[in-house]
Amino acid sequence: MSKERKKVINPEITWKDTTPGGMILDAGNAEDFKTGDWRSMKPIWLKDKCKQCLLCYPVCPDTSILIDEDGKRTEFDYDHCKGCGVCVEVCPFDAIDFVEED
Amino acid sequence: MAIRDRLSGNEAVAVAMKQVNPDVVAAFPITPSTEIPQYFSSFVADGKVDTEFVPVESEHSAMSACIGAQAAGARTMTATSANGLALMWEMLYIAASCKLPIALSVVNRALSGPINIHNDHSDSMGARDSGWVQLYGETNQEAYDNLIQAVKIGEHPDVLLPVMNCYDGFITSHAVENIELIEDEKVKAFVGDYKPEHYLNDKENPIAVGPLDLQNHYFEHKRQQAESMMKAKKVILEVAEEFEKLTGRKYGLFEEYKMEDAEVAIVVINSTAGTAKYVVDQLREKGVKAGLIKIRVYRPFPVDEITAALSKCKAIAVMDKADSFNAAGGPLFTDITSALYGRVDGIKVINYIYGLGGRDVRTDDIAFVYDALLEIVKTGEIKSVYNYLGVRE
Repeated sequence: MSKERKKVINPEITWKDTTPGGMILDAGNAEDFKTGDWRSMKPIWLKDKCKQCLLCYPVCPDTSILIDEDGKRTEFDYDHCKGCGVCVEVCPFDAIDFVEED
Repeated sequence: MAIRDRLSGNEAVAVAMKQVNPDVVAAFPITPSTEIPQYFSSFVADGKVDTEFVPVESEHSAMSACIGAQAAGARTMTATSANGLALMWEMLYIAASCKLPIALSVVNRALSGPINIHNDHSDSMGARDSGWVQLYGETNQEAYDNLIQAVKIGEHPDVLLPVMNCYDGFITSHAVENIELIEDEKVKAFVGDYKPEHYLNDKENPIAVGPLDLQNHYFEHKRQQAESMMKAKKVILEVAEEFEKLTGRKYGLFEEYKMEDAEVAIVVINSTAGTAKYVVDQLREKGVKAGLIKIRVYRPFPVDEITAALSKCKAIAVMDKADSFNAAGGPLFTDITSALYGRVDGIKVINYIYGLGGRDVRTDDIAFVYDALLEIVKTGEIKSVYNYLGVRE
């Protein structure tokens, strides 16, 4: 968890403590949840083929392509990537492989 | 000084809405509730309210717009009947689960089919488990008073639930009766400003409403909803007390009419109570210990209070203006008998389904029910529990 939360929602939270109607009080709290566990296909970044064109970055619906301080893409965030494969389709350099999840 | 006037039920409700001056009204017309948005839109056009009126294309959209507006931080109201309420169904549950205190006037009408525009309770009875507080009113005065109280009940921090203000189509909605209105400024002071703790338009504190809620959290949120409904009972009584101080009109969870020493009683909802009170008076003149209970708060269901009120009766008839098609009894009957079970023993309880599709209910019909109860008291035998009143056999 990188930010201070107004309300920490974890699997142990009781009905008395949770937010009204499941309201989310902290923008970006998906960071606290691993939502990539139902992925059936997995994108693999082929670093050697990648030209850092960054076309993959804006199409990811889950912000699961991580960018470093130099503005270059790095590894996938597999905790949140759902394996939709949009990045695979958009890559002009075949630098993202798409394989079945183990 | 209160304002004496003569208004139909729908006019009275539209006037209550004008006095509350909600931020948003999103509505679609359907008989017999049509006049509410009709009158209200004229208030909007004439600049008598500041409300954003959204003339939507369906009731599903009406409730969706209300949910969006209320979540954004707006005090929101709407009105509907019968199939309009049915078309809202999906969104009713979402309004309740999002804890949004929308006020909805339901002008009770038979739910199709067969298609029928007249009064029974099959519309709102179907929505009894949607998570909305349900208030019922006998007269135009009660419909007006209940809507004003509905705002304050729903918005109470211990409740935060949407509220239905139900009253009988045509009988109450269109009949013009005398009414005592509260002054505009007193209504505004009574309901106060709507100040939700969290709302979508709060740009300093961005939130998300209604997110995906799976196995790990859904159950906790439903438990939370149930708690709000349990707490609503106390809030309803507190609001009623405050309302009585303002107007002198007393409201409870239900009305007891000549119940102190009643041996036979009927339990009824909405306008039929007026007809039945007349019959009770006639029976009392003959020395019959007859009484009546008129339900005002159906959700939450006042289990303990109603049991206490009925505990000294020998025989009770529960009157349902909606059938459950469960081959066992109407919705109010099953709730009353469940309430009595394990709390009070030995009371004979029967059920009458009556007045479906606007079938007229006369004093003779009600007298027939009291006669049946007196016969049960005399013989100690119930011939039939689940009965139909006024249908051609």
